[in-house]
Amino acid sequence: MSADVMIRPGTRVVPDGARRRKRRDPGRVLRLYVPLGMYLVFTLVPFYWMLVFALRPAGSTDPVPWPITFEHFETVWNDIGYAVFFKNSVIVGVWSLLVTTVIAVMGGYALSRYRFRGRGLFMVVLLCTQFIPGAMMLIPLFSIFKSLGLINSLAGLVVADTVFNLPLSIILMSGFISAVPFTVEEAAMVDGCTRFRGFLAIVLPQLRPGLIAVGSFAFIHTWNNFLFALMFVSKQDSFTIPVGLSYTIGEYSADFEALAAGGVVAALPVVCVFAVVQRYLVHGISAGAVKG
Amino acid sequence: MTTMRRRAVPYLLISPTVALIAAFLVYPIASVAYYSLQHRNLTRPWADGFAGLDNFRQMLFEDEVFWHSLGFTAKWVVAEIGLQLILGLGLALIVNESFIGRGLARSLVFSPWAVSGVLTTGIWILLYTPSTGVLRFLGQPEAAVLGNPDTVFPAVVVTELWRGVPFFAILLLAGLQGIPGELYEAAAVDGAGRIRRFLHVTLPHLRDAIVLATLLRGVWEFNNVDLLYTLTGGGPAQVTTTLPLYVAQRAVDSKDFGYGSALTMAGFVILLFCSILYLRLSRFGEER
Repeated sequence: MSADVMIRPGTRVVPDGARRRKRRDPGRVLRLYVPLGMYLVFTLVPFYWMLVFALRPAGSTDPVPWPITFEHFETVWNDIGYAVFFKNSVIVGVWSLLVTTVIAVMGGYALSRYRFRGRGLFMVVLLCTQFIPGAMMLIPLFSIFKSLGLINSLAGLVVADTVFNLPLSIILMSGFISAVPFTVEEAAMVDGCTRFRGFLAIVLPQLRPGLIAVGSFAFIHTWNNFLFALMFVSKQDSFTIPVGLSYTIGEYSADFEALAAGGVVAALPVVCVFAVVQRYLVHGISAGAVKG
Repeated sequence: MTTMRRRAVPYLLISPTVALIAAFLVYPIASVAYYSLQHRNLTRPWADGFAGLDNFRQMLFEDEVFWHSLGFTAKWVVAEIGLQLILGLGLALIVNESFIGRGLARSLVFSPWAVSGVLTTGIWILLYTPSTGVLRFLGQPEAAVLGNPDTVFPAVVVTELWRGVPFFAILLLAGLQGIPGELYEAAAVDGAGRIRRFLHVTLPHLRDAIVLATLLRGVWEFNNVDLLYTLTGGGPAQVTTTLPLYVAQRAVDSKDFGYGSALTMAGFVILLFCSILYLRLSRFGEER
């Protein structure tokens, strides 16, 4: 069992030889595809059911949405006000994404590249924030935002969401930055680049997966945040999608078509973003976890 | 001068984070402690004032909802974490194998993670409502699952599993990818079967990932308010009210900030105590 006879498959858990052998293994179907299929049904039936309601004509009870109609989307978009909610959610989501990413790159760079006094404490504080419940911060944050005039403003939501996105984003980002070898940066500095120029020219381009992972993470969280938006915003023209949706659940509980169409509007952006960035996210968590 | 400036760089880089955390996390926590000793209700400003331990006395000795919410919170967290661990580990092991269409399969099974608690409620209301839901295709009697105290618990647990399992699986998948393939080769050479490889290679290496995932998810499920707030509102008859949901109801609905802060303090203490106990008992991060 010496190291030199072993294949080095990198981080892949199943080496090529074992894979070829497993293809012919009939137990693989039972072990792999049957549970996967069952889980896919559990995951996808709810999505499908929402689409059925959103797309079929009112009053229909068919389990297949045919003929397809977009009238429910017109209702929620124009009459219930999802056009406004959507716009608000995009504004808050994009701002929070930008602010979170920039600050996370700064903090992540400090954690990854510098050994400074208080670094350990900073890490502990970041980890501790994960234990702070958003619901429990509603009361004090409301008072603070009220005195800052941030109630009923989208800026207040950007601030609150950024604060809660930041700690995990910094930890993730420091993992990504550590994966970029420091020697390349050093070489640039020897060639006369300032540290900042070197960072922009050398590190930032290689940081793309990290920027995508952290940015999308921040966007999805902000897009989905309900409690802050519910508590800090009471004017309907500042509602975000989750608040709008919660009122659709409450007020139109008989109108399942509107609920479903609103749900599709709420789901579409995040599910699309997630489908694209899912692999970066898994990678990012491993990178962050490896660094500790 | 230059060395001093160089030393200041990391502090400058973390200063925005420190400022934001201090202003919007640390200061608020301190103010919760302060409010919890006050009578403070936005709907009754004339009765505001120093309360001493009155809020805590009321909470501990007069408030049945508080005690009931503690019991339900425990039941909710244990059920969610136990089931999410089993399903999430299974799912992570499956999508860690290589097969055709793995990328697509991962995107699909992980996708509910990206969905908000409110949207999860919206979707599952469509499934659960007697006249329109899918349960009628399973021969389920035409009963309101969410309105019945006997069926509401499994119904909310399954709903949260739909959204919660994916992230558990993502965390564990990240852990699985950190296990060197050589270990499996070596175990196979030594004649270990699939089950023994799982027990002796996979599980020990996943230990820290599992502890961290259960802890993180445990805290999240403890704090999970969006889903229960919109799906059941804590009902029927408060049977699905968790402690944070009770805080949110007090804060959002009745604007009772003083009493809500006392409840919040109770939540902090319980969460902190349970987390430390869990980390101790699981001996997280210790060399074995």
